[in-house]
Amino acid sequence: MLEKGKLSGMRRTIIIFFGIIAILSIIRIATGASDLTSVGTAQAALLLSVPIVLAALCGLFAERAGVVNIGLEGMMIMGAWAGGFMGSKHGPWVGLLAAIFFGAVGALVHAIATITFGVDHVVSGVAINIIAAGLVRYISTILAQGGSWPGPSQSPDVEPIGQNGLPILSGGKYFGWQSPDILNSIGEKNWFLISDISRVLRGLTGELSYVTMIAVALVPISYFILWKTSFGLRLRSTGESPIAAESLGVNVYVMKYWGVLLSGGFAGLGGGFLAIVAANHYQENQIGGRGYIGLAAMLFGNWRPGGLFAGAALFGFADALQLRDSAAIHALLLLIVAFLLFASWRSFKKGQRIAALVALAVAAFFAWFFIAFEELPGQLVTMTPYLATLIVLSLASQRLRGPAAAGFPYRRGGLK
Amino acid sequence: MRFKPGKIALSIAAPVFAAIFSLVVSSASLLATNKSPREAFALMWEFGSGAGSLMEAVNLATSYYIAAIAIALTFRAGLFNIGVEGQLRLGSLFAAYFGAMIVLPPVLHILAIFLIAMFIGGLWASIAAYMKVKRGVSEVISTIMLNSVAGGLSAYLLSKHFMVKVEGSNDLSTKPLPASGQFPDLMPVLKKLGVEEQPGGGVYGMLIIAIILGIAFWFVVNRTRFGFELRSSGMNPIAARVSGVNSKKMTFVALVASGAIAGLAGLPTLLGETHSYTLGFRGGVGFTAIAIALLGRNSAVGMAISALLFGFLEVASRTLELIDIAPETYVIMQGSILLSAVIAYEVVRRYQLTLQSQALAKAGDK
Repeated sequence: MLEKGKLSGMRRTIIIFFGIIAILSIIRIATGASDLTSVGTAQAALLLSVPIVLAALCGLFAERAGVVNIGLEGMMIMGAWAGGFMGSKHGPWVGLLAAIFFGAVGALVHAIATITFGVDHVVSGVAINIIAAGLVRYISTILAQGGSWPGPSQSPDVEPIGQNGLPILSGGKYFGWQSPDILNSIGEKNWFLISDISRVLRGLTGELSYVTMIAVALVPISYFILWKTSFGLRLRSTGESPIAAESLGVNVYVMKYWGVLLSGGFAGLGGGFLAIVAANHYQENQIGGRGYIGLAAMLFGNWRPGGLFAGAALFGFADALQLRDSAAIHALLLLIVAFLLFASWRSFKKGQRIAALVALAVAAFFAWFFIAFEELPGQLVTMTPYLATLIVLSLASQRLRGPAAAGFPYRRGGLK
Repeated sequence: MRFKPGKIALSIAAPVFAAIFSLVVSSASLLATNKSPREAFALMWEFGSGAGSLMEAVNLATSYYIAAIAIALTFRAGLFNIGVEGQLRLGSLFAAYFGAMIVLPPVLHILAIFLIAMFIGGLWASIAAYMKVKRGVSEVISTIMLNSVAGGLSAYLLSKHFMVKVEGSNDLSTKPLPASGQFPDLMPVLKKLGVEEQPGGGVYGMLIIAIILGIAFWFVVNRTRFGFELRSSGMNPIAARVSGVNSKKMTFVALVASGAIAGLAGLPTLLGETHSYTLGFRGGVGFTAIAIALLGRNSAVGMAISALLFGFLEVASRTLELIDIAPETYVIMQGSILLSAVIAYEVVRRYQLTLQSQALAKAGDK
């Protein structure tokens, strides 16, 4: 039975989802920032969320197996590079496979260093990030010198991957049949809330790249693998208590290797997605810290697939808004103020005076910002996703609990 | 403890192995692209060991070293400040802006600039410190996010508020520092020691500050009560708490102090060469410094050697363009040195443990 006053996970998610859209449509009406709930924003948000989701899944598999993977940024870089390199030669799908493979190669280095040799996980990860960036730059320079690449920081273009939408609801083409686009036509009616909801849903379900579909499907698949199979149980047990797992006959080293290699595959796919789907070529600095943000999304999601998806969606939304419409970000400041006021009130009720004051001060700062600036300067708007991550993490962090043994080098027999 | 030659050999083994491994890796990557490693290394050595190149390497190393000290301080406390990049950026920007505004006599002026840079760096780090102590947010994640925020914030402040127009230039730049705020070069002293002047050469006076910082770092961490509490809360937080160390306070202090030192890390370039802050100012120092702190094992001397090595590789590899090799080769060298070094350190540590337990077992048999 559920506890009194608590809703089941699914229902809660749906209520939160519609609640957020309701708040956004109120803000939209109040400030006239129509991009808050437009089809384009929802689409862009999904597109920008996918690499974060994949990065977060990467972090999830590694940390559930007890290995912290800061090196995912480097693995994504390798994936993106391989995606551009192989994709431009042999087509996008080969590019994606190469991206997964290269991500896994990066992960193998991490696995050998951390699992076999017991190097500190963060140290090895940082080293991999440095090496990956240098290696990719080095090879790209050679390719550019040879004339097969347009420049040392950019690969030739990759063909796009096909896309489709949900039948009946959001267009799409099936075996030559063009389905109607019901959500879009409701969305254009401009009925309060109803149109907002259908616009967002249309953005999330229409004109999806096949890779996006695969990536979103990987979230429930990861949940199934980690929580419903014996492989997943063993993998998680090595992240919680490797000694106990070993005593029950689990080969801890092998499970950790699996976790890290799968993790690298996800990272590589995330990088490949950025190069092939989100853009149409590899570009230096394409990853831009998305691996780290994926880790933040994973923390925010309490090391669970559903939670990390929510975290990534939040980030993707903030990123989409800042890319499309800085006026909408300006409107969003109000939401942040409301959020912080709520947090301040909660801290105050718990008797945490200083925390309440700090939240209040930050809220006042954002409120001042909202009033003082008619439109936000471009350089500040780019900070939105990172600020959102920081604020959300500091509001959510205390109830989170990760795998107990994540980050500790393990040696068979309890040796140090 | 007795002096044992075997023990010293072991502690040298790791860096030597790392150097050899890195040579192998970079030779392999050169061979893979049909270049001769011998020719490349010979050219690097020839160019890199010239006096002008060495001076430049030392100058690069000065920034790296200060930033590495900032990172090592948190490593010693069991934390990880990846945010040096952002702290350095904001510290330098504010130091450049306010440093050009204030009017003070020579030495005081530089001191004031130091204080501004340290204050801003520490203030920026205190956000992560507060989030860590009060809200339990991992400082690794928060400092990475703060780096990106600092990037946006500094670009905004520079272009909208701190910039001055220079005739005939499109560069975004702060007002240049007056002469009283510029750190004198060490060249006059070096000349007396018989070093000849090099075209475009010179050694930043901030080198002395870096050396003082290094000595202070060693002393504070290894020889004071504060350093002991710092290390103990890093090595074993529970034991530290039981013995009366306020580990939350240590966390906060370590991160803020680290940020303050990081704020200084941009000043060698600012006070010694550019005298103003521009858009791409010293990017990447905070990340390279992580590698240097790791390679130098957070020890004052070790980090100095690593910083010089990294500076040398960076400067020497510039010459590789002459024989059509991407100068980025140095990043591969640095990365492979780092990775093989950390693995070698771990292998040696395990081997030492085995030796110790064998020695114990032998002693027990007798």
